[in-house]
Amino acid sequence: MAEREQIKKQAPPRQETEEVEEIPAGSKRGEELKAELDDLLDEIDEVLEDNAEEFVKSYVQKGGQ
Amino acid sequence: MALVKVLGMETEYGIIVRGGGEPNPIAASSALINAYVASLARRIEWDFQDESPARDARGFVRESQLAPEVETHLVNAVLTNGARYYVDHAHPEYSGPECSNVWEAILYDKAGEAILARSVEAAAQLLQPGQQISIYKNNSDGKGNSYGAHENYLMDRSVPFARVVQHVIPHFVSRQIYTGAGKVGAEVPGAEGVNFQLTQRADFFEEEVGLETTLKRPLVNTRDEPHCDAQKYRRLHVILGDANLSEVADFLKVGTTALVLAMIEDDWFTRQGRDYTLAAPVRALRQVSYDLSLSQPLPLANGRQMTALEMQWEHLDLARKYAEDEGLAAIGGDEVGKAVLQRWEEVLTGLEADPMSLANKLDWVGKYRMVSGYRERHGLGWRDPKLLAMDLQYHDVRPERSLYSRAGMERLLRPEDIERAMTEPPTTTRAYFRGRCLQRWPQAIAAANWDSLVFDLGHDPLRRVPMMEPLRGTAAHVDQLLARCNTPAELLEQLGA
Repeated sequence: MAEREQIKKQAPPRQETEEVEEIPAGSKRGEELKAELDDLLDEIDEVLEDNAEEFVKSYVQKGGQ
Repeated sequence: MALVKVLGMETEYGIIVRGGGEPNPIAASSALINAYVASLARRIEWDFQDESPARDARGFVRESQLAPEVETHLVNAVLTNGARYYVDHAHPEYSGPECSNVWEAILYDKAGEAILARSVEAAAQLLQPGQQISIYKNNSDGKGNSYGAHENYLMDRSVPFARVVQHVIPHFVSRQIYTGAGKVGAEVPGAEGVNFQLTQRADFFEEEVGLETTLKRPLVNTRDEPHCDAQKYRRLHVILGDANLSEVADFLKVGTTALVLAMIEDDWFTRQGRDYTLAAPVRALRQVSYDLSLSQPLPLANGRQMTALEMQWEHLDLARKYAEDEGLAAIGGDEVGKAVLQRWEEVLTGLEADPMSLANKLDWVGKYRMVSGYRERHGLGWRDPKLLAMDLQYHDVRPERSLYSRAGMERLLRPEDIERAMTEPPTTTRAYFRGRCLQRWPQAIAAANWDSLVFDLGHDPLRRVPMMEPLRGTAAHVDQLLARCNTPAELLEQLGA
């Protein structure tokens, strides 16, 4: 039991260190990520099957393992 | 000491024929595989004629470059990379060759995807105009039908099965937070409120332990078919995982599981006084899958409770200690073992800080980011067919149609290695002997199976070469022998078979 408590206590410091290091870099990266996602969503419109409803409805599989 | 975790992954792919005609999945799966096999035969013949006449090409030319297996009547090919490619339960299935470490296992899993993509191209030439076969590496049709992506791990027969069950279930339940391939909605009654979940498969499991694989599926499958020396070994057949496209998720799925199984073999959980037995494991599987916040505590049998993420942190800490004391030989050595531990920590850290930070590493996060972003941009409801279509299209094996291939996911494997793994066997297991023999003497091999090769020399009875040891028949064992032999008859003579 004592050992378990010890392990559980180890996790939070690790989390704090990571967060402190990542927040400044993270917010800048956040903008980039948003721009990336916007581009990706544009691309999805181009590649997504035309008739989504029919596309989804027709996809019926026999069960497997 | 734990055994080296020889691994193999098998995937049933979703298949659909669009554009008229009879949508018979068995016929379509057969056509797909036959088209691939035929395309290989053509290519190899071309090699022989134009490229490398000096290479030992006896038999490279034959149409039956891929030997049939004995067991079924449906299309069933053994590939020169040591894999089996066949029709199972109305799906094309690729069973990768036996591998001796985690890198190889995911390399051959990704080679399978590439083989399916190549098959689609080859089959396109045989279809009627307007018809199209599409293949998906997923596990559900969104309508309550599921098909599997199984992992196989070599285990020591002497380890009590009850111990395996006890300690592997908590890992199976909690690893979903990084192994999940993501799914829009749920497919069981009572889960109508679920908009998105971590995994494809959690909806389909109803029992803790059992033999079934197609209904009342169990968390731990008891199929006892080791395909090797049954006195010494067991093959743990893991049926509850998702098929991954993400290489990071794929690597962690088999890497952490192989490590946990090695720890179980060495009785590490008991030796460290740990027991994470869940009070209600089947329910917990879905709870974890439905909890995008990763915050729901799961009750343990001993009265404590912890989240899946906390459980994974504890497993990682135990694994680190195990690595220090017992080493990492069981999962392929220090290099691969340390990579597993490092990735494991990286991913748990990311999940703890902000799961969205792993959008280019994990399938469920990458898919969720796309689907929820699209939903917000267009003001769609979660039941909108466009979102369901995106879910499906994430898994299309054709890179030009796949949403996965657009998600900017981190790659761990080099494309040229994947290309080579489509035809070349892994060098460190018996799959090497199988693959090399199929490359050199396809017409002399009457049947190939996981644990044997059967030769037909055109006279005398068929000669069976047993391969009951998964780690024998490697390049180190047989390269010299194969180099000495110019004919299959010489090989058999040398083997004394």
